[in-house]
Amino acid sequence: MKSIYGLYTDPHVAQRAVDNLRAAGVTDAAITVISSEPFDHFEFGHRDAKTAMPWIAAAAGLVGLVLTYYLLGASQRSWPLVTSGMPIVPNWTNLIIIFEMTMLSAILATVVTLLVTAGIPSRRGKMYDPEVSDGYILVGVENPSDASKLEPALAIEGARVKTTA
Amino acid sequence: MNRTLSNKQLTDDLVRPVFNTSVWFYAVVFAAGTVVACGAVAWGYQLWYGIGLSGKRWPTFWALYLTNFVFWIGISHAGTLISAILRLVNAGWRRPVTRCAEVITVFALMIGAMFPIIHLGRPWLAFWLFPYPSAREIWPNFRSPLAWDFFAINTYLTGSLLFLFLPMIPDFALIRDRATGWRRTFYGTLSFGWRGTTKQWNRLESAMQIMAVAILPVAVSVHTIVSFDFSMANVPMWHSTIFGPYFVAGAIFSGIAGLIIAMAALRKALHLEHYLLPLHFENLGKLLLLMAILWGYFVFNERLTVWYGNEPHEMAVFWATQRGAYAPLYWTMVICNFVLPLAILMNPYTRGIIGCVVASTGVVIGMWLERFLIIVPSLTHKQLPYSWGTYQPTPVELLIMAATFAAMILLYTLFAKFVPIIAIWEMKAGLPSRMDQSVLDEERLQSTRLGSEPLPDAIGQGGAQR
Repeated sequence: MKSIYGLYTDPHVAQRAVDNLRAAGVTDAAITVISSEPFDHFEFGHRDAKTAMPWIAAAAGLVGLVLTYYLLGASQRSWPLVTSGMPIVPNWTNLIIIFEMTMLSAILATVVTLLVTAGIPSRRGKMYDPEVSDGYILVGVENPSDASKLEPALAIEGARVKTTA
Repeated sequence: MNRTLSNKQLTDDLVRPVFNTSVWFYAVVFAAGTVVACGAVAWGYQLWYGIGLSGKRWPTFWALYLTNFVFWIGISHAGTLISAILRLVNAGWRRPVTRCAEVITVFALMIGAMFPIIHLGRPWLAFWLFPYPSAREIWPNFRSPLAWDFFAINTYLTGSLLFLFLPMIPDFALIRDRATGWRRTFYGTLSFGWRGTTKQWNRLESAMQIMAVAILPVAVSVHTIVSFDFSMANVPMWHSTIFGPYFVAGAIFSGIAGLIIAMAALRKALHLEHYLLPLHFENLGKLLLLMAILWGYFVFNERLTVWYGNEPHEMAVFWATQRGAYAPLYWTMVICNFVLPLAILMNPYTRGIIGCVVASTGVVIGMWLERFLIIVPSLTHKQLPYSWGTYQPTPVELLIMAATFAAMILLYTLFAKFVPIIAIWEMKAGLPSRMDQSVLDEERLQSTRLGSEPLPDAIGQGGAQR
C-alpha cells in the first residue's frame, strides 16, 4: 500500500498539517490521523465523531427487554409453578430479570458496534508507524495520486515525512 | 512531586513492569500461590469426604461460604461503579485510578461467584441451578432471588470485563510496538490490530461513555439483588425494606476500602509514586469517610427500628449481637467501620496515605464481620427457640476463605505484571502539554473559582491531578 505521512510531536503542528492537506485538495475522508491518545481538544480529534452508537445501544436494550419479557412469560406459562400465592407470570419479580437482560443487550450491542465501526479486529497492512507509540502524531494520506505534491503540506516545522511504496 | 514527566517517560514508567520482573513478583506469586493451593486441597478434601466437613449444621446452613460470597460481591463494587461515576462526571483525577479499580471488580466477582458453587457441596451438579427448562423436570423458578443473582452477577461480570478490556486495547498496541518475540505476538493479538485513528478513538470514547451509563444501574442492582437473598426470607432481622440500599452502601464502602489498599500496595511495589499521588488517596479517603457516615446512618436506622418494634424473635437476634455471644464481633465491627474511619479521616493531618490504608484495613475487616453478623446470628436465632443453634467455622472453611484472599493477591499481581495497571493513554490525554491552550486556561480559571490549587504546568503533577 502506497502512503505518505508526517510525524509530529506537537498537536498544534499536526492540526496545521491537516489544514495544509485540506488546502492541497485532499478530502477529509482521505486524511488519516493516528495517535497514541485521543485529542479531544483539537479539531482533527473530532473528525468521524458522529456515531449512531447510543441509538443502537438503546434499540438493542429495547429488543432485549421485549425478548426477555416474552421468553420469561412463555417459560412460566409452559411450566406453571405456584410460589407463595404469586401469579404464574409475576411481573414485579420478572422486572428484575428483564432489567438485567435489557442492560446486557445494550452493553453487548455497544461493544459490537465499537468493533464493527472502529474496524477491529483487523490485520495490519494499513498506514502505520510504530513511532506513534512514542507519542508522535501521524498525519498522512493512503494511496495518494501524487505523493510529491503533498510533501510540502506535511513537511512543516521540521516534521519527518515518510513515504511507503 | 516536582518531577516533570514527558510523554515518553510516562510510557516508559508504566510499561516497565511488563518488561522487567522483580524478585518480589516471584516471592508474592509463590506465597499467594501456596495459600491458593492449600485452599484447593481443602476444597478437594471437602469434596471427597462431603460437605459435613464444613461447619454448616442445622439450623445454620448459610455460614462462612455465603458470608464470603456477599463480602466479595461487595468488594467488587470498588471498581466499575467508582470508575463509571468518575468517568461520567469527567473527574480528571480518575485517570490513574480507574484501571486499578476495574480489575478489583472483575477478580472479586469471579471469586465471589465461586462461593455458591463451593457452598453446594457437589459442584458438578451446579448446572442444575441454571435457569433453563430441562428434561430433568427441574424447572426454572424466576421468582427465586437465587435466579435473580444468576442474571445480575453474570450481567455485571460481562459488563465489567468489557469495561475493563476495551480501554486496555490501545495500551496493548503500545506494548506491541515496543516488544519483540513472544510478547510482540501476544500483545499484537490482544491489541486487535489497533492503530489509533481518530475514528477508533472517538468510537472507543463513545462506547466507554455508554457503558458507564449502562453499568451504573447494573452495579446498584447487583448488590440490591444480593440483599434480596436475605430480605425476601421471613427470618428475624432479614425481612427488612432497608436491606437494598444498606447493602449497596456497604458494598461501595468496602469497595473503596479495597481500592485504597490495592492502590497503596501498587504504589509501593511498582514505584508509582509519581502517578498515584497523595491527592488520590485523600479524595478516596473523603469518599470513604462519607460512606462510613452513611453506613452508620443505615445501621442506626436498622437497629432503632428493630429495638422500637420489640418483636420477640427479632429482639433475640438483636440482643445476641448487642450483648450476647456475638457482641465482641459486633462492637469490633462498629469500631472498624465507624469509629476508626471517622477518627482518622475527619482529621486532614491523618488523612494521608498511611491513614487511609489503616482506615481501609479496618473497614475491610469490619465489613467482613458485618456480612457474618447479618447471616449467622439470624439463622441461629430463628422464630422458634427449639430451633436455635450455634455455628463454628471449621479449618476447611477457614482455609478456603484464606485461599480466596490469596487468590485476589495472586490474580492482581499477575495482572499488574502483564498489563499496565494505569491506563497509559488516559494519562497521556491528561497531560497539559497535549491540550489546547484555551482549554488549559479555562481549567485554570475553574480551579481558581473552586478555591483549589491552580493547574500546574509540570506534567507529572498536573497530568495526574486533574
